[in-house]
Amino acid sequence: MNLPPKTSPLRPSVTTGRYLLIGAVALALWWVLYTHLAPASHWLTTVVFGLTAGTHLASTVEFFVFEVPKVILLLALIVFAVGVIRTFFTPERTRAVLAGKREATGNVLAALLGMVTPFCSCSAVPLFIGFVTTGVPLGVTFSFLISAPMVNEIALVLLFGLFGWKVAALYLTTGLLIAIAAGWIIGRLKLENHVEDWVYATQTGAVAGTCASVANRGNCGADTPLNFAARVAAGCEAVRDIVGRVWLYVVAGIAVGAGIHGYVPTNAMASIMGKDAWWSVPLSVLIGVPMYANAAGIIPVVQALLGKGAALGTVLAFMMSVIGLSLPELIILRKVLKPRLIAVFVGVVATGILLVGYLFNALL
Amino acid sequence: MKKIQILGTGCTKCKKLAEVAEAAAQALGTPYEMEKVTEIARIMSFGVMSTPALVVNGVVKSVGRLPSLEETKILLS
Repeated sequence: MNLPPKTSPLRPSVTTGRYLLIGAVALALWWVLYTHLAPASHWLTTVVFGLTAGTHLASTVEFFVFEVPKVILLLALIVFAVGVIRTFFTPERTRAVLAGKREATGNVLAALLGMVTPFCSCSAVPLFIGFVTTGVPLGVTFSFLISAPMVNEIALVLLFGLFGWKVAALYLTTGLLIAIAAGWIIGRLKLENHVEDWVYATQTGAVAGTCASVANRGNCGADTPLNFAARVAAGCEAVRDIVGRVWLYVVAGIAVGAGIHGYVPTNAMASIMGKDAWWSVPLSVLIGVPMYANAAGIIPVVQALLGKGAALGTVLAFMMSVIGLSLPELIILRKVLKPRLIAVFVGVVATGILLVGYLFNALL
Repeated sequence: MKKIQILGTGCTKCKKLAEVAEAAAQALGTPYEMEKVTEIARIMSFGVMSTPALVVNGVVKSVGRLPSLEETKILLS
């Protein structure tokens, strides 16, 4: 593709200045909306719907009309930002960074890059093969595969919006630590022979035209230089795609959460999901793994439970096992991993999640 | 005759890419032949790590994203 940059659709010819202006206006509008949500939802509940403040119904309705727009506003902003950031990272570039890195450093880098590299569990298998056949150590690859789904922007936004920045930061840090440690342990265990044999035999040969050949790296996302406008466009596309996909889960999750918020008595959850119930952490991990709930749907429910006496560690463990270890992803990975390696993977990650759960229940 | 290959394991974006490529080829009026490559080992033989990918006459043209119709026309020509 040897077209002059101006006609390429990758580089829309709108000036950077205009984008900055539109961006500033959009951000200001966003801020006005966001800061007026609390009074607006109270007014809507008490004046427009005519509900008496303090009743079960009023508190349910107010919770709902406040949280839904709040979460969707936060989601749109963060998904846009992450969408733009992700244009700087492609799986190909991440692989180039990780190839040949030693363990430890490699695990840390892989977990960090897992947060920002575009990843979808449907391409977990090609990504896995692409990594391990080109010199990324197995343990480092796992650090990436654990961090990519678990530490994702949707989970962080929802945690920030519904629990505050401290919980979001805790989730981010412990999620990264689990990815680093679990990947490192898997690397130490030398389980390379538990990868399906055909994986290492796969030819990713450097035939002209394939992504393995240097000449074609541009088309494969390895070094496509995008301009500002193209990155903004990618951010908008991410918002359309992700918010369009998850808004219904957000609404449903918050609706259930609102019901719990308004009607379930305070401390009702303390005996089942409280600190003193030691078995609640492993139980929530056991329930969480086969669940493949969208983070967007599960977090509002969990938040409401927390308000009713559930312990934070238990809640975090539940979230991590729902998002980080999912049955469909394990089934996909079974194509490239022998059962024992799958078992080790689940075991190590689940242990990490359990530790996080107990740690926070003990500390907070 | 252009040989268009869509690499992907059957995700929604892969199906969309096939539709876009078909529409682009028809708009250009070029005769073409389309193949959907779903087998992982074959996808990997193109060195592709993220799907969907568009391959034209054996050359990988886009990876891991859904190009617009306009862009696809350029990629096909």
